[in-house]
Amino acid sequence: MAHGPAKGFTRWLFTTNHKDIGSMYLWFSFTMFFLGGIFALVIRAELFEPGLQIVKPEFFNQMTTMHGLIMVFGAVMPAFVGLANWMIPMMIGAPDMALPRMNNWSFWILPFAFALLTSTFFMAGGAPNFGWTFYAPLSTTYAPDTVTFFIFGVHIIGISSIMGAINIIATILNMRAPGMTLMKMPLFVWTWLITAYLLIAVMPVLAGVVTMMLMDIHFGTSFFDAAGGGDPVLFQHIFWFFGHPEVYIMILPAFGIVSAIIPTFARKPLFGYSSMVYATASIAFLSFIVWAHHMFTVGMPLVAEAAFMYATMLIAIPTGVKVFNWVTTMWKGSMTFETPMLFSIAFVILFTIGGFSGLMLAIAPADFQYHDTYFVVAHFHYVLVPGAIFSITAAVYYWLPKWCGNMYDEALGKTHFWLAFAGLNITFFPMHFSGLAGMPRRIPDYNPLWADWNMISSVGAFLFGAAQLLFLVIVIKTIMGGRKATARVWEGSHGLEWTVPSPAPYHTFTTPPEIK
Amino acid sequence: MNENDNNEHKALQKTVTKLVSLCVAMFVFAVWVMPPMYDLFCEVTGINGKTASQYQAMSADVDTSRTVKVKFVAINNSEMPWAFKPKDYTIEVHPGQAMTTHFIAHNPTSKIMVGQAVPSMVPSNAANYFHKTECFCFNRQTLAPGERAELGLRFIVDQDLPKRVGTIVLSYSLFDVTEQSPDEVESKAQEIANKSAQASANTVQNSREIKTLEFM
Repeated sequence: MAHGPAKGFTRWLFTTNHKDIGSMYLWFSFTMFFLGGIFALVIRAELFEPGLQIVKPEFFNQMTTMHGLIMVFGAVMPAFVGLANWMIPMMIGAPDMALPRMNNWSFWILPFAFALLTSTFFMAGGAPNFGWTFYAPLSTTYAPDTVTFFIFGVHIIGISSIMGAINIIATILNMRAPGMTLMKMPLFVWTWLITAYLLIAVMPVLAGVVTMMLMDIHFGTSFFDAAGGGDPVLFQHIFWFFGHPEVYIMILPAFGIVSAIIPTFARKPLFGYSSMVYATASIAFLSFIVWAHHMFTVGMPLVAEAAFMYATMLIAIPTGVKVFNWVTTMWKGSMTFETPMLFSIAFVILFTIGGFSGLMLAIAPADFQYHDTYFVVAHFHYVLVPGAIFSITAAVYYWLPKWCGNMYDEALGKTHFWLAFAGLNITFFPMHFSGLAGMPRRIPDYNPLWADWNMISSVGAFLFGAAQLLFLVIVIKTIMGGRKATARVWEGSHGLEWTVPSPAPYHTFTTPPEIK
Repeated sequence: MNENDNNEHKALQKTVTKLVSLCVAMFVFAVWVMPPMYDLFCEVTGINGKTASQYQAMSADVDTSRTVKVKFVAINNSEMPWAFKPKDYTIEVHPGQAMTTHFIAHNPTSKIMVGQAVPSMVPSNAANYFHKTECFCFNRQTLAPGERAELGLRFIVDQDLPKRVGTIVLSYSLFDVTEQSPDEVESKAQEIANKSAQASANTVQNSREIKTLEFM
């Protein structure tokens, strides 16, 4: 098997190799992360002090919308798919993904989707400005004409995600090495299997809801138009039926990553493996019956408010099981604190804080106070940034030596961690307070009452942004050279991916390994 | 291709077929099942305050021992320029008693406009006990420039209205649907043209007036 990578640029265009495609996904995600980050910094710069300084309100709305869309669909989701591509075949002892040609397609349509989406900045009417949740009728009757580009962009993103998910499930179910039963799979594989099912269940719903918008805008239907007999609240129900599983799509693979890293650096096997699997499955199931907690204030009957409130609180139980297991894994372990471990521990602590503010929001009567305030912004950034972003960062540090064969600079890595950790908390913690004091989301100008909290948040945001530039430098520096990594890389690492040399050869496990 | 590869290929095909079907099913579910299910759910429970469509009046006994206050609210949606208000803001009715009231609409613009009123009711659990035998909200309303109209509403409050409900608030939001209703605008324009033709005919040939009208 001397079949190496092809030469030149066409290697990347035509590749069907899971490692190539994984790398492309990760670089694409990294690019989008910086683009979405720039939008976030425009927002934070404008909110540095009350009054309108830097951008017009119309442009501010485009920034909040595009920041959300780019981060969710462009940064977090492709990063997880990239990690899945790189790691799942190596973790289950498969030579490649089950559907390599489709794998190429599912990546290569993504840049076009985001070109479609971001090109709207240069068009009359500007980019989408109706929030990443694009509630009708704001996104239909009152939307700029460019909304059609947004709709087709979302369609393509959806198709890409669905193809990726089908590929992942097909790989996991059909290509495991002999002897690797489902309950022997690494937890990252398990969480991705469940995530992929969530994707297949809800991405078509997202496609459906934007299709209905398209029909309302261009073909005279009235799904969401009250004047024609439709109902704008229906939009919210369908959107959040997609949206709530979507937030777990962005966190379940993170659970898998952290469940791989913590045992490595605690030098103990993961505590409660099977309870982790069942907890993940329970969270996935519950995600389908809690959607209306995003819309407690639309005027639901009391019975529905109570039902969605209790169902939502139920999620704390499997999530608590997970946090308990991670902490117990660390308990009395011989821990060391390399960069991936630092990010993972921060994940456990900060994600739990985000979970607690989630419980506060789940209390329906209290939610009327918190709804659409910065408290919500603080909550979901606490679950997404230390949740998704920190876990992806941890995964990159953890597996980068395996990918490129070089060790990253530990001192720089730790600097990155502490800058990011400080930046994150300085940015998002004060948002709890401005939110509880009543500051609404998505406003370019605000009451001076909230000025101090906002100024602190803005300072933290620029610190966090700077930390990510350092991350880029570290990654490039590691790829260019550095201390050679061993096959095992980490003293406490376990799993099939550590049995192949570092850097991982272009083709691995062309003959399946034996699993005892 | 040996036997083993073939089996693997088949297993893969089976998995992919299942997943693609699940995907298509979910799309169908979102577009063709969720909206009707939502409407049905709201209709059965009455929870979004939407009142039902036309009610076939049955002869019912009037429960004079009880009086229910019905309040009317008129709202213009976004930039709808019509003047729109209820003629009576509050009516007291006995359950079972048929009652007629009006809303007044006036089109102050110089264009023919079409409006659609969308009802909502508080408390929402009264929605299933409020029957409309005639309502302007069942149809789009077309008004000529400067035209004023009294829009009728005939309703019966059901005797089974929960005892706790003493006051019902019925609100109408008036939407501008002119752009979506070219047919209505067309027929109104026709009507106006006919009228003005008639008016000019009247001045010239007064004697034929009655005959012309008969042919109309």
